[in-house]
Amino acid sequence: MQHQTLACCGGVRASLPPPLSFRWSKIKREGGRRLPRCARIAAQLELKPPPYSLSSLEPHMSRETLECHWGRHHRAHVASLNNLIAGTDLDGMGLDEIVVASYNKGNPLPPFVHAAQVWNHDFFWQSVKPGGGGRPSGRLMELIERDFGSFDRMLEEFQRAALTQFGSGWVWLVYKANRLDVGNAVNPCPSEKDNKLVVLKSPNAVNPIIWDYSPLLAIDVWEHAYYLDYENRRADYVSIFLEKLVSWEVVNHRLDVAMERAAERAREDETRRQEDDAEMTCSEAEEMYLDTDTDDSEAE
Amino acid sequence: MALRALFTKRAPTLACGVASAGGIGTGWQGLCHARGLKVAALPDLEYDYGALEPAISGEIMRLHHQKHHKAYVSNYNDALEKLDAAMANGDVPAVVRLQSAIKFNGGGHINHTIFWKNLKPVKEGGGEPPHATLGWAIDTDFGSLEALVQKMNAEGAALQGSGWVWLALDKERKKLLVETTANQDPLVTKGANLVPLLGIDVWEHAYYLQYKNVKPDYLKNIWSVINWKYASEVYDSEIA
Repeated sequence: MQHQTLACCGGVRASLPPPLSFRWSKIKREGGRRLPRCARIAAQLELKPPPYSLSSLEPHMSRETLECHWGRHHRAHVASLNNLIAGTDLDGMGLDEIVVASYNKGNPLPPFVHAAQVWNHDFFWQSVKPGGGGRPSGRLMELIERDFGSFDRMLEEFQRAALTQFGSGWVWLVYKANRLDVGNAVNPCPSEKDNKLVVLKSPNAVNPIIWDYSPLLAIDVWEHAYYLDYENRRADYVSIFLEKLVSWEVVNHRLDVAMERAAERAREDETRRQEDDAEMTCSEAEEMYLDTDTDDSEAE
Repeated sequence: MALRALFTKRAPTLACGVASAGGIGTGWQGLCHARGLKVAALPDLEYDYGALEPAISGEIMRLHHQKHHKAYVSNYNDALEKLDAAMANGDVPAVVRLQSAIKFNGGGHINHTIFWKNLKPVKEGGGEPPHATLGWAIDTDFGSLEALVQKMNAEGAALQGSGWVWLALDKERKKLLVETTANQDPLVTKGANLVPLLGIDVWEHAYYLQYKNVKPDYLKNIWSVINWKYASEVYDSEIA
């Protein structure tokens, strides 16, 4: 269904298409309130399972953890989100859009925490795989070395962020397309060099798509993510995550998508700039002729 | 909270804005550094780790005290030493940079020290409802003890992320209220006049091994080991 496709892909940053399957159902009448005839179709977001069995990340992440983390926490966020958005403007939007809209420029609405946590957990399960770990290669490794100095230094920064995220939250490796964002300011010499990888941390449910960054990798540092397997030893959990679980293939793919998207935006901006310049030139030329009162034929 | 207060030889209770009367008791006798820097120390519990079962498991109590609280204490002491050095060197960026570690770990130490006193095994009076002055104040300000419990449980369950739910006394207005704080923010961050009578830790580490994501069950059960006697003592000393 075309609408479904758009909703799935709308606003996707550097990630695989959001792992949602939409089940469409008509809006129910609530409490006798009649719905407008052009009623939107309600979309029920579903809990999608990780792309591996719940026991296949052992011994690094136990089946019990997956059953709780995915089966209870993630599931509860999906249910809460569906409840909160039913019949509202957010209903039927893509998940990315719901996250950004409900973030409400820093004054989050009730659905935000659930929308963001659904997004974050979908992203997290896809960031890992059985037999993960190792080292990235290709363009991803080049950019890591360019922006952090070395792979090990990037890992150190990632770990440090994870250990200094006081309280609950997430740590991210993101691709930041460093676009100027000041009114009509334009980066006069945009280049690929402006775009870079950064490590950042966010509290509770916050995720970097609200800042228009492209997440490439995430680790959940809420205690529920590691307590059953590591108790208070967050440092051990983070190390094992990086050494044994991360799917660098997925991260690589996300980077490709992010860079392509950034390049496309840059092209669109350039086209728009050229069109604006062309318009300006045309209208200036017209004005040149229109403003002149002098009749040359009268000149001696 | 004046930075200077951290570095005097005054009792850390005053420096941290916690009610000093009513006795925080053991645990505030820090070691003295050569420069008069009083550091924090992990207080002992007044009961065995397993003594709060079945409300809170012995395994949780052991980890909570020996790992989490101990880490707050040692990280706070590290940060304090670095702060002392930074101040001595006039290193302003370092002083500023250390604030979040001090707030987080110092807050964790304050909050957990109160928490251990808020709990008591059933056979030593845990769970027995408050009487006399505190009991009447609860009835006045909340309607009933049940209403207070319900309110604290609702606020605790609704708290997103990590934090605490408090029964607080506003000592200026002489009124009780329920407050929440995020992460390890101590109650005073919500108001300089607020005195903590009871705090319930709703960080996941406080309940996860036993209750998993069912935080409401933890909140329901913890009341059976709440030490109302301590809360009454603090209340009486502030009101007097």
